[in-house]
Amino acid sequence: MNLLGIDLNQPATYKDIWEWVSVSMPNLIVIIIMVALFVAALLLPFPKGKDES
Amino acid sequence: MSTDTTPSAAPVSIDDFEPTTWTGSVRKKWITTLPPEKMLPENQPAYVASWIYVFGMLTITALIVVIASGCILTIGGIQWFHESSTGHFVNSLHFWSVQLFFLFMIVHLWGKFWMAAWRGNRGLTWATGAICFMAALATAFTGYTITTNFNAQWIAFESKDVMNAVGLGSWINVTNLGQMVGMHVVLLPLAVVAVVAMHVLLVRKHGVVPPIDALDPEAAVTASAAPSHSVDARTADTGEAATGSGSDVATTLEVSS
Repeated sequence: MNLLGIDLNQPATYKDIWEWVSVSMPNLIVIIIMVALFVAALLLPFPKGKDES
Repeated sequence: MSTDTTPSAAPVSIDDFEPTTWTGSVRKKWITTLPPEKMLPENQPAYVASWIYVFGMLTITALIVVIASGCILTIGGIQWFHESSTGHFVNSLHFWSVQLFFLFMIVHLWGKFWMAAWRGNRGLTWATGAICFMAALATAFTGYTITTNFNAQWIAFESKDVMNAVGLGSWINVTNLGQMVGMHVVLLPLAVVAVVAMHVLLVRKHGVVPPIDALDPEAAVTASAAPSHSVDARTADTGEAATGSGSDVATTLEVSS
């Protein structure tokens, strides 16, 4: 299965963020997802209950 | 063994109850610390209506899937989840639910860190959360060492040096499959579940932490009871005010925040 064009059977590629900071792409993707979730949780309105509407 | 056939007396208020046994003492301590309306509340303050407050429950939901799939993997055994398609599916379910467990827990941690969730005598709640995080890391680590493949072998032999470096090498042999399986499926999950249970009970006891600058419902109840020892004060002491005025406090918070 390779729907996204990602081969999980190969070693991960690494991204050099800084001179001494290197992070694997899978870890970087997970970190970006977590930050996006955190920001969305703060900004998105929470649905109101039946008794509040 | 004797049987008491006399009709039971009317229930005694927990304040008037004088325990004579250790079970009675535990009951009194439990009821006064965590009355039913705190243990299983029907209302929450208005500030809880935010997505950032959802991630604690999401973490527990993921943990339930982790434990359920882990139980199936334990029953099926290593060969089963390596060779059968159903085993592959449950193995993947276990792996991905662990990923979600940590993902939700990290977002929960960020949310609580930035709202300084240790405020209002909630230090122990924060500490149990931190211990839970570390216990979960240890559980996940031992899980990676028991998948009986080259990845597990590599992780075990690399981490062996780490264990030796921190002085745990003589007790914990990460290349010992039996020891790692025992720790991963029994000891560490028990520790995680115990700490999570304590964490949740502490959240129930102290209430969900309010946003910074918002009014803490517990403080509001205490403040309203403090000026005079009137009927209201007694009501607050018995905990009725906690649920009875919950919506009022919530409204106040909504306005003030």
